[in-house]
Amino acid sequence: MFLRLLSDIQWRAAHPKWRRMTSSQRSTSTTAEPQPVSLPAQAQVVICGGGITGTSVAYHLSKMGFKDIVLLEQGRLAAGTTRFCAGVVSTARPVSIELKMAHYSNKLYQQLEQETGVQTGYMKTGSISLAQTQDRLISLKRIASSLNVMGIPCEIISPKKVLQLHPLINIHDLVGAMYLPEDALVSSANVSLALATAASRNGVQIHERTSVSHVTIQKGRVTGVETDRGRIRCEYFVNCAGQWAYELGHSGEEPVHIPVHACEHFYLLTHPLQDPVSSSLPTVVDPDGRIYIRNWQGGILSGGFEKNPKPLFTEGRNQLEIQNLQEDWDHFGPLLSALLRRMPGLEALQIMQLVNCPESFTPDMRCIMGESPTARGYFVLAGMNSAGISYGGGAGKYLAEWIVNGYPSENVWPLDLKRFGTLQSSRTFLRHRVMEVMPLMYDLKVPRWDFQTGRQLRTSPLYDRLDAQGARWMEKHGFERVKYFVPPGSDLLDLEHSKTFYKPDWFDIVGSEVKCCKEAVCVIDMSSFTKFEISSTGDQALESLQYLFANDLDVPVGHVVHTGMLNEKGGYENDCSIARLSKRSFFMISPTDQQVHCWAWLKNHLPDDSNLVLEDVTWKYTALNLIGPRAVDVLSELSYAPMTAEHFPSLFCKEMSVGYANGIRVMSITHTGEPGFVLYIPIEYALHVYNEVMNMGQKYGIRNAGYYALRSLRIEKFFAFWGQDLDAFTTPMECGREFQVKLDKGMEFLGQEVLLEQKQNGVYKRFTMFILEDHDTDMDLWPWWGEPIFRNGRYVGKTTSSAYSYTLERHVCLGFVHHFDEKTGEKLVVTTDFINQGEYEIDIAGQRFQAKAKLYPFSSLFTQRRRKDEVELSGYQRE
Amino acid sequence: MLAASCCDRRMCVCPGPRRIAIPVRSSRLPLLSDAMPAPAHLFPLIRNCEISRIGSTACYCHHKHLCCLSSHFAHSHFRYAPQKKFAALYRPKEHFNHFIHARDYASTPQRFYLTPAQVNSILKANEYSFKVPEFDGKNVSSVLGFDSNQLPANAPIEDRRSAATCLQTRGMLLGVFDGHAGCACAQAVSERLFYYIAVSLLPHETLLEIENAVENGRALLPILQWHKHPNDYFSKEASKLYFNSLRTYWQELIDLNSGETTDVREALINAFKRLDNDISLEAQVGDPNSFLNYLVLRVAFSGSTACVAHVDGVDLHIANTGDSRAMLGVQEEDGSWSAVNLSYDHNAQNEHEVERVKMEHPKSEEKSLVKQDRLLGLLMPFRAFGDVKFKWSIELQKRVVESGPDQLNDNEYTKFIPPNYHTPPYLTAEPEVIHHKLRPQDKFLVLATDGLWETMHRQDVARIVGEYLTGVHHQQPIAVGGYKVTLGQMHGLLTERRARISSVFEDQNAATHLIRHAVGNNEFGTVDHERLSKMLSLPEELARMYRDDITIIVVQFNSRVIGAYQNEEL
Repeated sequence: MFLRLLSDIQWRAAHPKWRRMTSSQRSTSTTAEPQPVSLPAQAQVVICGGGITGTSVAYHLSKMGFKDIVLLEQGRLAAGTTRFCAGVVSTARPVSIELKMAHYSNKLYQQLEQETGVQTGYMKTGSISLAQTQDRLISLKRIASSLNVMGIPCEIISPKKVLQLHPLINIHDLVGAMYLPEDALVSSANVSLALATAASRNGVQIHERTSVSHVTIQKGRVTGVETDRGRIRCEYFVNCAGQWAYELGHSGEEPVHIPVHACEHFYLLTHPLQDPVSSSLPTVVDPDGRIYIRNWQGGILSGGFEKNPKPLFTEGRNQLEIQNLQEDWDHFGPLLSALLRRMPGLEALQIMQLVNCPESFTPDMRCIMGESPTARGYFVLAGMNSAGISYGGGAGKYLAEWIVNGYPSENVWPLDLKRFGTLQSSRTFLRHRVMEVMPLMYDLKVPRWDFQTGRQLRTSPLYDRLDAQGARWMEKHGFERVKYFVPPGSDLLDLEHSKTFYKPDWFDIVGSEVKCCKEAVCVIDMSSFTKFEISSTGDQALESLQYLFANDLDVPVGHVVHTGMLNEKGGYENDCSIARLSKRSFFMISPTDQQVHCWAWLKNHLPDDSNLVLEDVTWKYTALNLIGPRAVDVLSELSYAPMTAEHFPSLFCKEMSVGYANGIRVMSITHTGEPGFVLYIPIEYALHVYNEVMNMGQKYGIRNAGYYALRSLRIEKFFAFWGQDLDAFTTPMECGREFQVKLDKGMEFLGQEVLLEQKQNGVYKRFTMFILEDHDTDMDLWPWWGEPIFRNGRYVGKTTSSAYSYTLERHVCLGFVHHFDEKTGEKLVVTTDFINQGEYEIDIAGQRFQAKAKLYPFSSLFTQRRRKDEVELSGYQRE
Repeated sequence: MLAASCCDRRMCVCPGPRRIAIPVRSSRLPLLSDAMPAPAHLFPLIRNCEISRIGSTACYCHHKHLCCLSSHFAHSHFRYAPQKKFAALYRPKEHFNHFIHARDYASTPQRFYLTPAQVNSILKANEYSFKVPEFDGKNVSSVLGFDSNQLPANAPIEDRRSAATCLQTRGMLLGVFDGHAGCACAQAVSERLFYYIAVSLLPHETLLEIENAVENGRALLPILQWHKHPNDYFSKEASKLYFNSLRTYWQELIDLNSGETTDVREALINAFKRLDNDISLEAQVGDPNSFLNYLVLRVAFSGSTACVAHVDGVDLHIANTGDSRAMLGVQEEDGSWSAVNLSYDHNAQNEHEVERVKMEHPKSEEKSLVKQDRLLGLLMPFRAFGDVKFKWSIELQKRVVESGPDQLNDNEYTKFIPPNYHTPPYLTAEPEVIHHKLRPQDKFLVLATDGLWETMHRQDVARIVGEYLTGVHHQQPIAVGGYKVTLGQMHGLLTERRARISSVFEDQNAATHLIRHAVGNNEFGTVDHERLSKMLSLPEELARMYRDDITIIVVQFNSRVIGAYQNEEL
């Protein structure tokens, strides 16, 4: 309550105009009369939610020139989670886009007081992230590497230095720490009010005590908002309802699935110390102790992310404002122990309050923003995973750009609402998953880590068979996929002990799977890939696809085409393989997590024509990828059909029988550059075909393999993968895929202009392969992705994926190289010479390894002759 | 006979009869607090057999020479005295070698601490629960049921417990009996006392009916329904003898028919006194059967306290003799727990008892009556069953011992006459009876031998049992509110609560839960498994130095029924 009063007073005192408005509202609301300020009948944008995200979106939209904006808040501004927020603005984030948002937020808040006159309590205190273990220190060093190249001051410091910065810390169990001098503290409610004030000056109408009952959607577009005070017609609706975003999304006739779930979050407030703590004392984050500690009014504020979180509101119990939930000291006990262990001097410090403040979490620990895949104009910004104040500013900016420009200025795919589908919006799933996510906030995040809850939702029909053979699973978009197969008798480490930044325990297992792919034949179940069929009565399908895809799809029936689905800027919205099944029907294979995004993109771009049918057939087919030189033998024995390159060339698709089963769609692609086939099997035949393949393959040394082997194979051959290497800001020209673009195919396609321009003027970044030279696989830290790339000692970009190549016996990293002007930092054209004439280093957690840059893959790795026009490597060699 | 001779050795040679003359009680506490939190001091010693040897040596000497060592002396030497010097001073000649061997054998396993499962199996070996059966889905009794358990420190255990429902009158009887100088007396009292009480409570007509049935060889009306753990045994051999004594008692009651309704207080006092009298008489008269003859002597020469509860509706009577204790657990309006004593200890700490004893004897004996907090410098409880050495005249004692069996004659303890023994009897079995009308807030009753009370304060007992019975989830959430609480205080509180919760989950029996706390509590009042494990893995000879036999009965009351009673009365 105390915080609340404080913020109200400041807010009103600073703004006479606002005071009039709010005081009239306040007086009317206390007398429970109808409010005098009536809602407008129409607006361009309606924002629901007056917390940090809602006000930030309103602020940025109004700055970007949108005038007709209404912000609705069911209670009072900044009265929800925002009010209770601990107010720590920290850029110590592992995900690059989150780091950028936090960095922007920090800069925004710093000047907000000057801009608006509202006191925000901004104080640049810096923050110290402590490491109790070497592994933790490595993870901090990785963050430090990426902060440094962004120009954010950041330092890895010794425990002694920690003591100098913060005299209360017990440093005896520390191995090091990361210091970010620029991190800040704010009063989050006041920041939110400042943003609201600025927004209202720019014409945003703010209505408190107005709740949205549902959003009306017609023909897949937002048309208006129903509130308890009447209806507002609008073009755009922004759901910033925080922990109520899920419920609000489900309130309409057409649900918008926003997978967020609240957990209770506790923090402690104390009275001032005898020597009051300085307000400039750095914030301390002790992830191994699961706590954070900041100074607060001469005392401290300390909270954390416990191992056993308490999810709440699973049943969606709505309430106007977050009432002060029960304090639960027993639950807070372990965190209090950690606090006293970290700062033993605080024993005698007197408790003021234990605050219980619900925070909303998402299934993958990243916030949710973007447009609904089903309702155009319905935007979402929610699920801040307890970092609302750090992300709020930046996230609001990106979302505003999204609404105004159609797409934000950065790649926000990791945060895009469309990475989730309906399958992540089960209440049970969310409840279970957030219980894993919340502790993960402070758990050690290591490469190749998988969620343990909410699993075995989507499985292949072969799941049990594979599991019985030692499969170890990972999950993508709810689908279980095999990582690798543990041979009988070999013991892997348990989950907790297998966490490492170094060589993982499965190294040899995957190595032998790769070897089998190279020398014999392996089967990988790839059923999770998204599969669409597009067909039409006439030429509509071909015409539409020719417009949406850069490659020429007017190929003979039975051909498979690799092509990008590009946006107006030539960037990859999707990267897929399309088989022409007949004159008028196409079969499209995309990455697993494209299911929602690609569907929405196609739905939005395909003409509204009942003769053109788009169908999601993902669930209809089980895909078996037969990789290896002997795949051809296995398949020909099973089908009594010649499968050699003369009869079945690369990038070909044919329906045929395998064993007793007919109608198996066989494609001569493997997604790895190795010879082989993918079999698309109607699911009822899956077990039969699998058994036949395994039996027949025995004499050819067939074995099961998993995605890790696949990954190693594709990366050593310089195959980019959408979602990891490719994104909406990468064009085919930038990743050496000009050969997949047919600028002269005789008709216009999306992104054509940009590609033409790039073809003439060159590109500003270039996808490059790096071979680590002086890297000891056994002893050195492994690259992951996101490692800075240095050319002649200067930062030029980051890696996007990496893998150990068992053939090259080296680590291979893929990443983008930019050419920054040495003086201005301006991006210059990247030429082949620029790439070839540099000395490269890759920075892994602060340690630099020499790397050899290559713009084309090793031809020695390709064993098979390919159809001439489609050979990937020729594309590179042509330059 | 084997069992008897074993008992004989226990009673007479090396029983570690703390209750009699061995000042261990005071020495034990410092040992606990000093040695246990720093087990490193203790266990290497055990491995070298030193402390156990010293310990048993001391024990032996104590026994032989009774009060020759002050507690402090014993204690300090326990830990610091060079073994040689100690052995030279107090070497027991005959048994020394034997002891060393025994120690070697017994102490080697001590390196291995018990697992939680092993700890549980020890703690739960003697647990017993009784739930009052329901009629029509309702329990109309004021008692919901009881949990009982005992943990031995002596081998064999000298504590006994009994529980029974009176079938010819209303009410339930529960009792704990702490034996000393052997278990014979406690055993006899646990078998017989409730019959004496039940008979004392019976109306004249029922007594007549029973007597007629016996007279005519008809089936007897059942008097008591026992609630026994399989380990609680009754001696078959003596049943005839006991029955005859009991029959004589009711025959006298029939003859004495006063016509008045039986007062529970009177009945309890009469039963106690009568049983003690019968024990004494049986020993004087003897029995032609040599086994029985020896048994009655052992019963008479050993002793036992008794703390008995009689619950009938809202009327709760506690009859207490000795230093076991009855305690009522009361839940206050704010949910917290408080303890109400329903008995007074009969020992040197009780001024009234000291007064009483002094009143009963000439002024000349005032100084020798109570020495080192013991009756005649020997006996800790000031009231007890048996213990004829403190009741009979010297002549009677000598006569009985001389005419008694050889085992008795050879026993130094029985032959030993207390010093300053001038005006017997010095000891009585007459109980103090306290009546309490149960209220709805009276949730449970704890009857326990002093093994519990010397390790735990009654307030803690009330809290632990109360929280156990109401369930963990009812544990009051902590709210800071306007109080001044520091982080350190809160941390201590939370740690304690956490440990309490984890220990509650292991037990299905309130008495077991209480024993777990009594033995395993650390300085924070929470169960420390390591400590518990060490305490339970002490060898027999050492266990007695660190703890006493513990016997606990927790009776849970039916607040609903009690509330209804109360409303009726209003």
